[in-house]
Formats: sequence, C-alpha cells, structure tokens
Amino acid sequence: MSLRAHVRTDLLDVEIAVAAGEVVALVGPNGAGKTSLVRALAGLLRADGSVCVGDVEIATLPPADRRVGWLPQVPSLFGHLTARDNAAFSLRARGVRRGPARASAQGWLQRLGVGELGDRLPHELSGGEAARVALARALAAEPSLLLLDEPLAALDNTTRDEVRRLLRSTLAGGPAAVLVVTHDPVDVVALADRVVVLEAGRVLQTGTPTQVAAAPRSPWVASLLGQNSWRGTTSERGLLIEDAHIAVAEPLEPGLPALALCEPSAVTLHRVPPEGSARTVLHGRVLELRSLGGRVRVAVASAPPVLAEVTGAAAADLDLAVGTEVWAAVKATEVRLVRL
Amino acid sequence: MSRSRRHPLSLSALALVAVVLLLLPLIALLVRTPWQRMPALLGSDAVQQALWLSVRCALAATVLSVVLGIPLAWVLARSHLPGRRLLRGLVAVPLVLPPVVGGVALLLAFGRQGVLGPLLVEAGAVPAFTTWGVILAETFVALPFLVLTVEGALSGLARDHEEVAATLGARPLRVFLTVTLPAIWPSVLSGAVLAGARALGEFGATTTFAGSLPGETQTVPLAVYALLQDDPSAAYALSAVLLTVSVAMVLALRSVRR
Repeated sequence: MSLRAHVRTDLLDVEIAVAAGEVVALVGPNGAGKTSLVRALAGLLRADGSVCVGDVEIATLPPADRRVGWLPQVPSLFGHLTARDNAAFSLRARGVRRGPARASAQGWLQRLGVGELGDRLPHELSGGEAARVALARALAAEPSLLLLDEPLAALDNTTRDEVRRLLRSTLAGGPAAVLVVTHDPVDVVALADRVVVLEAGRVLQTGTPTQVAAAPRSPWVASLLGQNSWRGTTSERGLLIEDAHIAVAEPLEPGLPALALCEPSAVTLHRVPPEGSARTVLHGRVLELRSLGGRVRVAVASAPPVLAEVTGAAAADLDLAVGTEVWAAVKATEVRLVRL
Repeated sequence: MSRSRRHPLSLSALALVAVVLLLLPLIALLVRTPWQRMPALLGSDAVQQALWLSVRCALAATVLSVVLGIPLAWVLARSHLPGRRLLRGLVAVPLVLPPVVGGVALLLAFGRQGVLGPLLVEAGAVPAFTTWGVILAETFVALPFLVLTVEGALSGLARDHEEVAATLGARPLRVFLTVTLPAIWPSVLSGAVLAGARALGEFGATTTFAGSLPGETQTVPLAVYALLQDDPSAAYALSAVLLTVSVAMVLALRSVRR
C-alpha cells in the first residue's frame, strides 16, 4: 500500500510519499531527522500531521495498530525466543494459535534463507543470520509500510553485500511501501527507486538516484551520491554495460548482475584519446558543468554516462564547455564491483 | 610480582579484624550447636510449628512482593507520574527504617486502633497479632528489595525490543509480559531471593505488629529469641538452621546472577 505523510515535530516538517512496492532511500547528514521521521511514522515518536497508508489515516493509532514494520539498526531479536518464535511473534500477538503461527514463521525463515536455524536462540546466530531473522519477523507481520533504519550498518562488508541482495530481492515489487534510512551510497543505488534527501528536518531534494547524483543540491549529497555507478553483468575482466565494458582490477565471477562504482575525482578527462592500458576510456560530449567548492563536476554524455571531478585549473586548461568533445579515463584500480 | 606491590600491612591487619568479626560468631554458633540432639530438637512439635510457619509466611511475603513489586518498579522506571522521584525515595525507607519502628507504624495503620482499624474491625479482618500480620510485616520489609532490584533492571533495559514488539502488533500489556518481563527475569529472581531472605529473618516488625504466639505468629527468629531463656541449645540448633538457609540463599543469588 502507498504512503502519504506530512510529519511535524519541533525539529521536523516533512512531506513524503512512497508508492506501494516502491523502495525509497532516506538520506541526510547526522541530525537531519531521518530516525525521528521513521519513528514518527511507526508511532514511536509523538508528532503532528497526517500519516496515510492506503486510504487509512493512522497518525492517531498506537504502534500496535498501524501495521507499520520497523527494523532498527540492531536486529533486536527477543533473546528468550527461538528464531522461529521471534518470527512468529506478530502472528501470536494478533491471536493466531501457536501451531499455525510457527508454520507461517518457518515459511518466512525459509524464504530468507535461514529456514534451518528456526530452533536457534538469538545469541547462537551470526550478525547476518540475526539480520535475516529480524527481517523475517518484520515481514511475517505483513506490514503495509516497512521502515528500515540503517539495516546494514552493523554488518561486516561481506555480510552486508549478502543481506543487501536479500533485501533487494525481497522488497522490490512487494506489497509494502518501503523506506530505508542509509548512509551507504551502495544501498541507495542498489535498493532504491527514489531518494529523499533530508537536511535540518526538511526535504532538500527528491529524485531517482541518478537524478540526485547528477544534480546534488548540497555538498553533503554530492559527496554521498556523487559517485559513478554503473549497472551491468560481470565479465572476466570487469563489467559489461550494454555495448560498453568497464575494466576492473579485481573482477568477480562472470555472468552476475553487479554494480561498478567509481569516485568522480578518480576519472581523468582528455581532449585526445589517451594512451595506456588497464583502464576504460569513455567518449562523449560534456553535458553539464557545475562548480563545487574549488572543483568542477563534469557530466559527460558518453555510453554509459560518466561523472568526473577536476580542479578548476584543469577545467580551464582543457577549455571545457558544454558540448566539448572529451575522453574520460577510468583506471581499473579505482573501480569497485558490488554484486547485486 | 615484586614484594613492594603487596598490600600495605596496616590494611591487611584491619581486613583480618573484619574477617574475624564476621566469621567468629558464625563459627562459634556451629561449634556450640548440639549436632547430636539436632534430629530430636528439630523434630519437636514446637520447632516444627515455627519452621513451617516461617516457610509459609516468607513464601507468601515473597510472592506478594513479586506480584506487587514488579508493577511498582514498572511505574517508578517507566511512567511519567508526577512525584515519581519522591515515591522512589519513599520505597527505600523501609530498607533503613529500624524494624521495630516499622512494626509500630504497621500497628498505627492496620492495628485495632490504627487508621484503618474501624474498617478492619467491621470486616472482622484485623491482621495485627495473626498470621496475616506476620505476612504483612514481612512484606513491608521485603518489598523494597524486590522493587529496587527490578526497577534498576527496567531502567537499564534498552527500549528497542519493546518498541519492535509494539510495531509487531503487541499491546502494552502483552509487550510487558512477553518481552519486558523475560528480559528482566534474572533481576526478578535475585530480587525475590533477597526479599525472601529478608522476610525469613524478619524479627522486629513481626514481634511488634504480630506478637510471638506459638503456632500463629512465632516464626523461627522469634522462637530462637524465646528459646534462649528456657532451652538455649534448642535456640542454637534453630539458629544453625537459619544460618544454613542464609548460606543457601547467597549461593542461589550467585547462580541467578551468573
């Protein structure tokens, strides 16, 4: 179901809409009000305004009646209950008998790849397993709106990629509207259909990740989302994106969906085709120039499009203007691959 | 380690004095306990009566402390009641109040001449000088141990488990019973052991409020005191029993806290 909300507190005045099945990333600097917004939507923080899920106004309801799922940063599994009983908690709370509740919970654990861990207690689970059980517990409640507050922040890198893939496959196109608070640009690009940027309790910007990355409205957004990210399929030596190929120093197993990430400051621009190996050269015309502090951000309409960030002096040297023909070089060592 | 790192001699000497002060009376008690006569003494009707009365009353007081104390601890830790801090201070008063004064205060509240006296007389349920009086006096002194232990646990408990439970559809009472209570259960147990130990040893408030009627209000500590005049060795034997129970309580407390 869709969410339309206008939440007001002393420090917050935010209008936000999320369509059913849509995943929206909520980003912003510390203290921007992301967690407050999420807690207000869940009914855990007193706020004025309106929260409509589907056609139902839930702003006046207690958390138990909202059907809003909430995953805090730590999994917060109930320590005295097995993984299965944790996942069955919401059904039990709604009066479903123990047997059917456990059966349904087991189904959710299975779907999230932890079906064989049903009898374990939370302290017997690894971080990634606990995150999966916590997600199973939230999804078993069949929430109309699902709020994830930095769900991957507490995990190590490998586990983070795994759980992110799981979130991606579980959440996209599901029945719930999903709002994910994150500090990780990879989460935004990999998970979100749309980004909402919060600053000082207000919405600063919304748009698709690509839109926001191309035209960030604050230095903070620029540094979070301003990196190049290309979606494609892994190959022997990098990532295939339609006709183009991005060379990567540390390739993955070929044939997998993945994301290649590269900082714009690691991209060099040239007026003639550059020499040298172990890098990718993309060719196109300058689409947009934007100065950010002492540096210039250059959007190049190549295939795939690329963002470069060069010093003001370099931009002047190259005599860059909108429409200038350039070659952008991306070193293989500067590109990171993330499996999707 | 070099010798210079050892404890100063003066501190060690004082510590030794403390150990002697604490242990010598207990050792003396065990030495003077008439172990041969123990079975006969403990088997006597009077002693049996006192023992079972003590156990029943202490258990009842412990159960009352748990049933009333957990909700009070919850109010102190979680509600936004005005005067909550004052209330928290008042709850601790019975801990430091001389038990005799507690007994006098109980008389003035629940005695025949007390504040609620006329009401209780009318209802035919004056607890003073009855077994109910023993339970009331023991609860009065034991309850704060449970309340303070549980309140400490509740205040230290992170809220996210309870909040998650609420978003999963659990109403506040269900959250409390299925999430909060299991999380603080070790503290409830150790609070109950402390309360039970305090109730079992209660003397001053009991004798003042309930008297020392054999079979009705004469618990083991009161029986020990009474026997010291007529049959000292029986008093020693009963004392040894209470000592054993106390040691068992300390061990129980340690295993609960682990």
